[in-house]
Amino acid sequence: MMSYAFHFRDVFAAQDALLDGLLLTLQLTATTIALGFVIGLAVACLSVYGGLWARRVARGYVELIRNTPLLVQLFVVFFGLPSIGIKLDVIPVATIGLALNLGAYAAEILRAGIESIPRSQVEAGVALGLTRAQIFRHIVLVPAIRNVYPSLTSQFILLMLATSVASQIATPELFYAGSIIQSRTYRDFEVYLVIAVAYLALALLLRMLLGLAYRLLFRRS
Amino acid sequence: MIRDLSWIDPLYLLFALRWTVLLTLLALLGGAPIGLLVAALGRATKRPARLVSRGYIGLVQGVPLLAWLFLFFFGFPIFGIDVPAWLAATCAFSVYSGAFLGEIWLGALLSIPRTQWEASASIGMSYVEQLRHVIIPQALRIAIPPTVGFVMQLIKNTSLAAVIGFVELTREGQMTAAATLAQLSVYLMVGALYFALCYPLTTYSRYLEHKLHAAR
Repeated sequence: MMSYAFHFRDVFAAQDALLDGLLLTLQLTATTIALGFVIGLAVACLSVYGGLWARRVARGYVELIRNTPLLVQLFVVFFGLPSIGIKLDVIPVATIGLALNLGAYAAEILRAGIESIPRSQVEAGVALGLTRAQIFRHIVLVPAIRNVYPSLTSQFILLMLATSVASQIATPELFYAGSIIQSRTYRDFEVYLVIAVAYLALALLLRMLLGLAYRLLFRRS
Repeated sequence: MIRDLSWIDPLYLLFALRWTVLLTLLALLGGAPIGLLVAALGRATKRPARLVSRGYIGLVQGVPLLAWLFLFFFGFPIFGIDVPAWLAATCAFSVYSGAFLGEIWLGALLSIPRTQWEASASIGMSYVEQLRHVIIPQALRIAIPPTVGFVMQLIKNTSLAAVIGFVELTREGQMTAAATLAQLSVYLMVGALYFALCYPLTTYSRYLEHKLHAAR
């Protein structure tokens, strides 16, 4: 029988901690998406245009990341960087780990996008006398991104939710804030319910923002 | 007491892998019926049924898996039921995989052209016969590669069960790392084991996808 009294007051009393966590989650999401997109684009270009070895390195990176759990990747980066003499604060470490993770998934998506552009389009560009940079930008890159935009959107939202895993290397983001409040108030279920709702709202918000970005970016095409 | 990493540790990790596999299987066992229900509701004629299906997918996929794990882990005791970590993890992963499998299977069902339904109805097939002889054989071919791909995602995500104390591969790794302080070596081994488990599935999923396209 259910005879449990819910107490949300203790949770909301810690609103400062929640807010700090939320802000760091937003920051992690934004920096990771930016970094991960750049890594993904570079790796996708390598695997499409690169020589044999560049392609192999790109494939190796993508397979390595895609076939291991994010949690283990974060542990490897967290303990691995100091062992090669790089000592960083936990936030940059989490950003690096998350960006390396997103980079591999974004690379696969962007590669599919680039490969979806028919060769005849590029040839048409050459015939029109466009430079290689112009061809890449206007004929390959922009349409490629537009073609795979829905997949990119889902991947970015998954990434935002996955930033919660960074709490396991003590990154003080939203989920970590939750576990701190839990250990202080013992209101386990209430804390995680509030956290879950916050993530749900963030996911809806991010989907809306990315939809808006699509309309702004590809308005003319 | 700190001890050195020894030859037996990789073996322990290897043995812990079976709990990862077991949890994945349990999650699929729980998730498949939910997925079927979500897919069935998603293509129902009644609008509320479709909304329930979409709502379920959106809700589950909009909350981090880590939060689902904690909600189940701390949620059962509210009803006065104390559950072991493995049961809470199984519930959370079932709910989670139900949404993803449901989305995949719904997509496969919807990708079968309406004319296939109409054609099979016009030669006098019942609803069950339509499903059995016309729709499911075609939908299955579309659904299998992404389903295999999702199983691979699920294997990786079971690592999060370590956080609520379920001893699978990652948790075993954490305990070994804590005892030996050889964290990097241990987590590299853990990663290698996940890779060994997932890579064949990735390759298989890609092969199936390739075969599917070739047959078209």
